[in-house]
Amino acid sequence: MFSLEGITNFIHEWLNSHLSAIFALLAEFVLVGVAAIGLFAFLGLVLVWMERKVAAVMQLRLGPNRLGPKGIFQTSADTLKLIMKEALTPDNADKLLFNLAPFVVIIVAMLILAPISFAKNFQIWDINIGVLYVTAISSLSVIGVLMAGWSSGNKYSLLGAMRSGAQIVSYELSAGLSILTIIVLTGSLKISDIVASQENGWWIFKGHIPAIIAFVIFIIASTAETNRAPFDLAEAESELTAGFHTEYGGMKFALFFLAEYINIFIVCAIGATLFLGGWMPFHIGHWVAFNHIMDYIPSSFWFFGKTGFLIFLIMWFRWTFPRLRIDQLLNLEWKYLLPISMFNLLLMSVMAIMGWYF
Amino acid sequence: MFLKEYFLDIYKATKSLLTGMKLTGYYFTHHKEILTEEYPENRKNLQLAERFRGEVIMPHDANNEHTCTGCSSCEIACPNGSIKIISKFDITPEGKKKKAIDQHIYHLELCTMCGLCVEACPTDAIKMANTFEHSVFNRNHLIKRLNKPGSKIREGIEE
Repeated sequence: MFSLEGITNFIHEWLNSHLSAIFALLAEFVLVGVAAIGLFAFLGLVLVWMERKVAAVMQLRLGPNRLGPKGIFQTSADTLKLIMKEALTPDNADKLLFNLAPFVVIIVAMLILAPISFAKNFQIWDINIGVLYVTAISSLSVIGVLMAGWSSGNKYSLLGAMRSGAQIVSYELSAGLSILTIIVLTGSLKISDIVASQENGWWIFKGHIPAIIAFVIFIIASTAETNRAPFDLAEAESELTAGFHTEYGGMKFALFFLAEYINIFIVCAIGATLFLGGWMPFHIGHWVAFNHIMDYIPSSFWFFGKTGFLIFLIMWFRWTFPRLRIDQLLNLEWKYLLPISMFNLLLMSVMAIMGWYF
Repeated sequence: MFLKEYFLDIYKATKSLLTGMKLTGYYFTHHKEILTEEYPENRKNLQLAERFRGEVIMPHDANNEHTCTGCSSCEIACPNGSIKIISKFDITPEGKKKKAIDQHIYHLELCTMCGLCVEACPTDAIKMANTFEHSVFNRNHLIKRLNKPGSKIREGIEE
């Protein structure tokens, strides 16, 4: 049976039998870095293509359909074009910050990858405060966005960056509270513990209505945190041209673009881990035979399937809903999502104490 | 009271969002709704709308007869001078001189397909055709003569 765990164990043993312990560790660091960059490139190419296809079909169009079967190589060609373009720095930009910002954004995206569990025992770093780490690091990405907007020396960019700052700061609250709702049930911040606690059913089923409310709030908040429509005020291409990355071109723009899709993948992976059981197959209570059949599907398939479903959901939102105004955006967060998620957390705590969940 | 409104707001918002998602979800799962035509591939069975305006043509019947009287209405109606009527004088059997069309010159390269000439024509001699593949290597090929050589006006049009 296919499993990523077997591959990593084989590499680990092979390196340790041929190299000394320190060099084996260093070689593993390099391999993990290469794998992460490879995953980024793959996700960038596939998710952009998927987005364009989903958008096209929902708008009764065909989307990219010339380069390769169903236009699958279109994004590779676009990347090639972006690589060959000139990386321009505007005259009145703050040169250092302007050139640093895309890398800050992409490095933040790369850091959040560390505690995510892609398959059974396939994880870069199983830190015991995994979920806290993710929420802490993901709020850093706003610094890159503010950096880009401020240093461009362009009022549209600055407006976009400020909007993005207000948005991420407010929506982090309800995202954090909805994550806490599940943490109350698991009693652990460690990703592997959270996944293991869903062995007899995913939290979205086991946690009744509060878990479903938390899931909905989490999806809304993470859509806002990744600056995607209907919350794409930071870009708002019709009012701000492109918001904080107006002045960027070529590969520096591509890094922002890539970071957007990486962030989508990451929030969806977190959502899948917390609410849909991560790599855990679909198990129902004590149905031993059924659970056994489900176990035959490799855990990495489960993880990527769930994450892919959530990514599709977020794309579905983007191509259905109109963009919110800034006051509507903040109203939604402070008047609706935050009170509801606080009440929801209280309800979930009561449920956890009384043991009213499966 | 305000609580009731609060939850009613949430209910209405959720309902309207789900209505939108239902429609896009329907489009996503029903690919037959896609409107895009893949042009070079479907060239054989391309369906164009009746009112599509591709170029001006002058229909001729089996006897090589058209209904153009050479009145120049189309030339006057054309906003950018893409039609030029060259008329001649026929001698009727009674010995009278009568104005008739010699050449109906149509400059496709100037035409914006506005259709004003077709509307202006009193005898419906010209109409808009569906053809649209007009690219040529020499732009002189775009200057067309609409009435066919040797054609003449159909009997009974001018009365």
